[in-house]
Amino acid sequence: MTTVGVCGNLLGIRDLDGARILHFLDQAEAFREIMDRDIKKVPTLRGKVLVNMFFEPSTRTMTSFELAGKILSADVVNFSSSFSSLSKGESIKDTARTLMSLGADVVVVRHPHTGVPEFISRLIPVPVVNAGDGIGEHPTQALLDLYTVRRRLGELKGVNVTIMGDVSHSRVARSNIFAFTRVGARVRLVAPPTMLPAGVEELGVSVFHSLEPLYHDTDILYLLRIQRERQSESLVPSLREYSNLYGVNAGVLSRFKKNVLVMHPGPINRGVEISADVADGLSSLIEEQVRNGVVVRMAALYLLTRREG
Amino acid sequence: MGTLITGARIADPLGRLPAQADVLIEGGRIAAVGKKLPRGKHRVVRKDGLHILPGLVDIHAHLREPGFEYKETLETGLRAAALGGFTSVVCMPNTSPAIDNKSVVKYLKDRSRAVGAARLYVAGAVSKGRRGEELADIGEMFEEGIVAITDDGAPVMNSRLMRRAMEYSKIFGIPVMSHCEDLNLTAGGLMNEGVVSTRLGLAGIPAAGEEIMTARDVSLAALTGARLHVTHVSTRGAAETVRNARRKRLRVTCDVTPHHLLLTDEDVRAYDTATKVNPPLRTAGDREALAGRLADGTIAAIATDHAPHAAHEKETSFEEAPFGAVGFESAVPALLTELVHRRKLPLALIARKMALEPARVMNLPGGKIAPGEPADLTILDLNAGFTIQPGNFVSLGRNCPFAGMKVKGRVDTVIVGGGTVVEDGRLVR
Repeated sequence: MTTVGVCGNLLGIRDLDGARILHFLDQAEAFREIMDRDIKKVPTLRGKVLVNMFFEPSTRTMTSFELAGKILSADVVNFSSSFSSLSKGESIKDTARTLMSLGADVVVVRHPHTGVPEFISRLIPVPVVNAGDGIGEHPTQALLDLYTVRRRLGELKGVNVTIMGDVSHSRVARSNIFAFTRVGARVRLVAPPTMLPAGVEELGVSVFHSLEPLYHDTDILYLLRIQRERQSESLVPSLREYSNLYGVNAGVLSRFKKNVLVMHPGPINRGVEISADVADGLSSLIEEQVRNGVVVRMAALYLLTRREG
Repeated sequence: MGTLITGARIADPLGRLPAQADVLIEGGRIAAVGKKLPRGKHRVVRKDGLHILPGLVDIHAHLREPGFEYKETLETGLRAAALGGFTSVVCMPNTSPAIDNKSVVKYLKDRSRAVGAARLYVAGAVSKGRRGEELADIGEMFEEGIVAITDDGAPVMNSRLMRRAMEYSKIFGIPVMSHCEDLNLTAGGLMNEGVVSTRLGLAGIPAAGEEIMTARDVSLAALTGARLHVTHVSTRGAAETVRNARRKRLRVTCDVTPHHLLLTDEDVRAYDTATKVNPPLRTAGDREALAGRLADGTIAAIATDHAPHAAHEKETSFEEAPFGAVGFESAVPALLTELVHRRKLPLALIARKMALEPARVMNLPGGKIAPGEPADLTILDLNAGFTIQPGNFVSLGRNCPFAGMKVKGRVDTVIVGGGTVVEDGRLVR
C-alpha cells in the first residue's frame, strides 16, 4: 500500500520543521546541475504519471510543475478547470477519484479554497502537492524563495526578510512566514493594518505599518501582489494611495542599505506594488525565483514519490 | 396500575428530592416521588445504579422540515432527539417555506404527533420569509402554538424591525430568540478570527460580530421590556453583556451549545467541515468564560443547535460547506464526559441547564420531577463508555464535531408522557 498522510504529502510549510525544509533545499541543489546539461532529462520518475489539478488559472505555477515533471521523465497530465464549472455538479471528491482511476502517481493541486489539497489527500492514496490553496499556503513557492535566498546570501539564519503587502489574503506570505522563521531568518511584515491578519505577531514575526524603520537592515525585501479587488473591499481607499504609501520604486529602494535584494512571487503589478525599474533592476531576484522554481519542484516531486521516503 | 421506577438516583434540578427515590408514573404524569413507594399492583422497573433526570429539553434545533427532507425529517430528527435523551425539542423556522405562517406551524405540530418520539415545539419566524423586512404573522402562529419567535441564522439587521418584533411579542408573552451576528462585520468569515484562523488561512469571524448584536438586542430589550433570549452565546464578551443585562433585572436569558462549551478554534481542521459552525468555535479563553457563566447562572440552558446537512454538502471545501453540526446524539455523552466526569460538576447542574431552565425560558411544561408534572424522564448510565460514531446516528446528519471522541456516559431510557421511547440505549418500536 502506498502511504497516505502528511509525510507523503507537501500540503503546507506549517507542518514542517527547519530540518525538513532544508532537506528540500539540499535536494534541489543536487538537481541543479541537470539544468545546465545539454539534454535536460533524467529517468527518476520514468513510468510515473504526474497530474496537475488546477482549479484556478495559473500558467506560471502549472508550467513550472509540468517542466519539473518532464525533466524527471514523468508523464504529465494537466487538468485545469475553473472552479465555477466544477461546482456545476461534479464535486471535488468525484474529480479526485476520476483522476485516481486514470492512474495518477502524484497529484499537484491548486484550488481557490483553503484546505482542498489536504481534503483530496485524504481521499486518494498517492502523494499530493499543494500548489496554492485559497489564502492558505503555497509551500513550493516558499521553498523556492528560501532556495533563492540561500543561493544568493549563502545562508538563511539571521537574514532580515521584510515582507510587504496584503498579508491577510496571501498564501505566499503565510508559507514564507512559516518557512523563513523556521530556518532562523527574521521576518518583519509591513502593511496597512487592514491587510494584516489577526494575531500574526504570534507566528514569530514583527509588524510595521511603514518601511522606514527597516531601511537600514533589510536584506530581502519581499513584495506581495496587490489584487485589484481589495480596493472594493475597503482594505485601501485606492490602488493609487496604496502605491503612494507602499509602492517600491527606485527612489524608495535607494533609501535601503546597499545590497538589498527584491523578491516577488509574480505576477507583478507594475506601477502598483513595484515599479518597472525595480522589477527589472539589478537588485531584483524575480527571474531567478522563476528559474529556481523548477529545481525546487523537481526536488519536491522526487522526495514525495520516493518509495523509501 | 402505573409504572414504578425504582433503584435509581435522582438528579433533581430543584435539589429538593432525596438522592435515591422511586418515581411512580400514572396516566402519563408523575404520580408520586419518594423513598420506598408502595409497590401496589404497579409494574416495577428496576434502574439500579442509573440516574433519573427530568426529560431533557433542547430549545434550539433544526429539523429541516418542510423543504430540506434530504438533510433531516421530523421523523428522523425527533427520533434522534429522543435517542439523545431529549423529550422536547424546539425547532427553528429556517425551512422552505419558512415557518412564518400558521399553516406551516399546524402542519409540523400534526406531523410530529404522528411521529411520536420527542415532543415538538415550534419557533416561528420574526419576519416574513425571514427576510428581515416585515413582521411575520406572529399572532396567528401563536394561536397554533409557537413558543418563541426568531429569524435565527438570518439575524434581523434592521434595529427598527427588531424593536417592533420585541414590542409585539409582549402581547403573547413569548421570548424573542436572537442569533446575534452583525452580518456586515462577519461577511465571508469561516471560523473564529484570531491566530488560529491566521495560521490556517481561513477567513475570520471576529468576536465583535456577535458582541455588537448582543449589545444591540439587550438595548432593545431595555427599550421595549420584551423577553430576549440570546441563543448560542459563544464569546466571553457576549456572555458578559448578558450577565450585565440580568444584573439590571432585564428579562434577558441565553443558552450555549455543547460544542462551544467543549471545543475551541484549535479543534478546527480545514478538511473537517463538521467543525464549521456559526457562531464559530472560539478560543480557549472564551470556552473557560462560558463554563464560568454556566455555573454562575448567566447561561440558563445548554441547547444543541442540532443542524444536520447531507454528506455531499459537507464533503467539500471548508469555504463551500454550510455552517452547522448535529448535536442530538452526541450532546449528553460529550457533556457527561467533560463536565460531570472531568470537571466534577454535579449532575443536578445538567438537569437544570438541560431540562428545568430551558423549559422555563420557553414556557414549556416539564423540566421537573414532581407529582402532577408530565412523565417525561431521561435515565442516564454514567459509566457506559463508548466512542462517538456518527455512522451509527439515527439523525440523517453525520456532521458531528465530536466524531471519534471517547466518552463515558450514555442515555439508557427515555420516557415521554409515560410511554417508553428509548430503552437500553435503543429506540423502542
